[in-house]
Amino acid sequence: MNAKPRLNIGAVRSSFAPWADPSASPLVRFEAVTKRFGGETAVDAVSLDIYEGEFFALLGPSGCGKTTLMRMLAGFETPDAGRITLAGQDLAGRPPHLRPVNMMFQSYALFPHLSVAQNIAFGLRQQKKPKGEVAARVDEMLALVRLEGLAHRKPDQLSGGQRQRVALARAIAPKPRMLLLDEPLGALDRKLREETQFELMALQQRLGMTFLIVTHDQEEAMITADRIAVMRAGQLAQIGRPAEVYEAPNSRYVADFIGDVNLFEARVTEDDGDIIRLASPEAPDGLEAIEDDEVPVGSTAWLAVRPEKMRVHLDPPPPGPNRLEGQVADIGYLGDWTTYLVELPGGRTIRAARANASRVVERPVDWDDKVWLTFAPDSAVVLTQ
Amino acid sequence: MSVTGAPRPRRPWKRLGRPRGSPSWEARAAFLPYLWLGLFFLAPFLLVAKLSLSDVVLAIPPYAPKLDWSAGLAGVAAFVRALDFEAYARMGHDGLYLAAYLSSLKFAAVATLILLLTGYPLAYGMARCRPSVRQALLMAVILPFWTSFLIRVYAWIAILKPAGLLNMALSQVGLPAVDILNTDTAVYIGLVYAYLPFMVLPLYAVLERQDDSLLEAAADLGCTPFQTFWRVTFPLSLPGVAAGALLCFIPMVGEFVIPDLLGGSGTLMLGKTIWTEFFSNRDWPAASAVAIVLLATLVIPIVLFQRQQTKLMEQR
Repeated sequence: MNAKPRLNIGAVRSSFAPWADPSASPLVRFEAVTKRFGGETAVDAVSLDIYEGEFFALLGPSGCGKTTLMRMLAGFETPDAGRITLAGQDLAGRPPHLRPVNMMFQSYALFPHLSVAQNIAFGLRQQKKPKGEVAARVDEMLALVRLEGLAHRKPDQLSGGQRQRVALARAIAPKPRMLLLDEPLGALDRKLREETQFELMALQQRLGMTFLIVTHDQEEAMITADRIAVMRAGQLAQIGRPAEVYEAPNSRYVADFIGDVNLFEARVTEDDGDIIRLASPEAPDGLEAIEDDEVPVGSTAWLAVRPEKMRVHLDPPPPGPNRLEGQVADIGYLGDWTTYLVELPGGRTIRAARANASRVVERPVDWDDKVWLTFAPDSAVVLTQ
Repeated sequence: MSVTGAPRPRRPWKRLGRPRGSPSWEARAAFLPYLWLGLFFLAPFLLVAKLSLSDVVLAIPPYAPKLDWSAGLAGVAAFVRALDFEAYARMGHDGLYLAAYLSSLKFAAVATLILLLTGYPLAYGMARCRPSVRQALLMAVILPFWTSFLIRVYAWIAILKPAGLLNMALSQVGLPAVDILNTDTAVYIGLVYAYLPFMVLPLYAVLERQDDSLLEAAADLGCTPFQTFWRVTFPLSLPGVAAGALLCFIPMVGEFVIPDLLGGSGTLMLGKTIWTEFFSNRDWPAASAVAIVLLATLVIPIVLFQRQQTKLMEQR
C-alpha cells in the first residue's frame, strides 16, 4: 500500500519491486474473489496481485480465509464471486489437474505406498515425460533438498524434516508456474523451522519460481516473503513488504497482529504537516509523532509504539513530549532481549524491550523500580483505524 | 556431592510388584485363547485326523479304530506300522474327489472375483458419503446378519424358483422366464449375496481411513479423478482387497448350505461331497480325509490372511 516516503524503511531485495511498476502485469490476479461456506463468508471480495518471481505471504490467524484463498487458486474450492487469472487466463472451471500450480500440503500428503523417488516423480510421470528425463529430474530434486541417499525409503521411514523436504521436492519437480505452500513449516520444531525458513528463501531465489505461502506465523512470513498480505476475517488488512507492515502498519489490527505494540488512545491537538501532536492522560507532556498523512485535529487516534523503540531510564529525563512515568511490574529475561512491563499511574501496562548488547550492566533495572519511558517521534505511528 | 565413586542409586521401584516365579494374572489370561483353541479346534481336528486313518466297516460307528490305546506303546507301534493312508489313496484314485476339489476352488475363486467387482464400488461409495449417511449404510450392510442365514437362503429359493418372484417380475415387463434355481448360477448368486458383507466391510475400513489430502495432492500433480483412483486410491486399498478376498475365499471353498439348497445335482462342491460321504455312503474315513485335505490347502491362504492382518495392525 502506501509506503511512506519520508521513512527509510529497511527492506529486503530493494531492487525487486514489480508491484511498484505500473506497466508490469501480475502472474496471478484475484479480482473481488468471494467464497462462502454455508452462511459464513470465508473470503470477502479480495483483490490481490502476485508477480512473477515474487515470494508472497498470506498471513493471518486461523479462520481468516488465507487457506481458502490459496485453495481457490489451486482449484480445490470454487469462488462464489469474482475471478482468478493466471498469466492473463481465467482459471474458472479449470480442474486442479489442469492448473500449472503445485501445492505443498500442510500434512505433506506424501503417498505412503510410494518411495521418496516415486513421490517426487509422481507429477513428472503425469506429464508423460520420457523415463530418462524423469530420472534425471528426480536426481536433481533429491540433490536440491539434500536427500540423495534416501531415494528408496518409504515416507514412514523418514523424519518430519525429511518428509517436509520430500513434499517440497515433489511440488517443485513438475516446474509449476507457481508453488503454493500451506503452512509448510508448521509441523517442524522451532530450531529446524528457523533453519528451513532461510533455506526456503534461498531456494526460491535460486529457482526464480513464484512462491505463495500461507502461514499464521508472522516470523515465517517476515523472514521468507517479499510482500505480506495480512488478512482479517476474509478481508485484506494490509499488503506490503515485511518492514512496511511492521514499521508502518495501517491499522491497530495489523500493528497488534505483527509483533508487540503499545497503543495510546489520544486526541489530536495539532497537525503541522510533519508532526502531529496528541494529548493523552497517560503522557503528561503530550505525545508527538512524525506523520505525513493528515489527521483531523480534534479527532481520536491511536499512537502505536513498538516495545523495542521504548527507552527505559532510571533517572528522570528532561521534561518533554513522549515521556511516560511508571513502575516496573515484571521483567522477562529472554537472553538476547529483556522485556520490561511497566505499569503507568493509570494502571495500564506498557511493554519496553531492550537488546542485551553487553553481558554486564552497570545499573540493572529491577522489579518495582521507578522508571521513565521515552521514544522518538519517528518511532511512533498514528493510526486512525 | 561427588559423582565419582558414588554407589549406583538403587532402584526401589524394581522391587515393587509381584515376586518372581509366579505368573501374573495377565499371563494366565493370555492362556485362555489357547485353551479355547485346544478344546474346540485342536481336539476335534485330531479326532477327524485319526478318523481319516481308520478303516471302513459295516458297524456302528462305521469305522474300525486302528489305534488301540489299551495295548499301550505296542498298540501305537502296530498302528504306525499298519498305516496305509487308504482313505487318502482312494481320494487319489477316484476322480470324483479331485473334480469336487477343483470345482470348489473354482466356485470360490469366481465368486471372490464377482464379490470384489460388486463390493469395491459399494465400499467406495459408502466411504465417499457424508459421515451421517455412512452410518446408515454401514447398518444396512450389517443388518442381514440379524436374520437367520438359512431363512435368507430359503428366501432366495422363493425368488429364483420357476414360479418365483424373479420370473413374475420378468413376465411383468414382458421378458421370457429363466430357470436358474438348482444351477451353478443360483450357487453364485447365493455365495455373492451371503459373503458380500465380508467383502464390503474390510474394503470400507481401508477406504474410509484414506486421507483426502492424498487425493488432492494427486489432482494437484496432474491426475484426473480416474487416474487418481488407479494411482492412489486403489493401491492404498490393496490390504483391504486382500483381507476381503481371503475372508470370502476361505470359507466359500468349504461352503455346504448354499450349494446344497440352491445348487443342482451337478453342482460339485467339497462341502456336499463330505456330507454325502458321511451320511449317504457312511464312509467316515473318506469324508474325514477330504476334510483334512481341504484344511491343508486352506492353510496357505489362512496364513496369508494372518500376515496381512498383522501388517495392517502394525500400520495403525
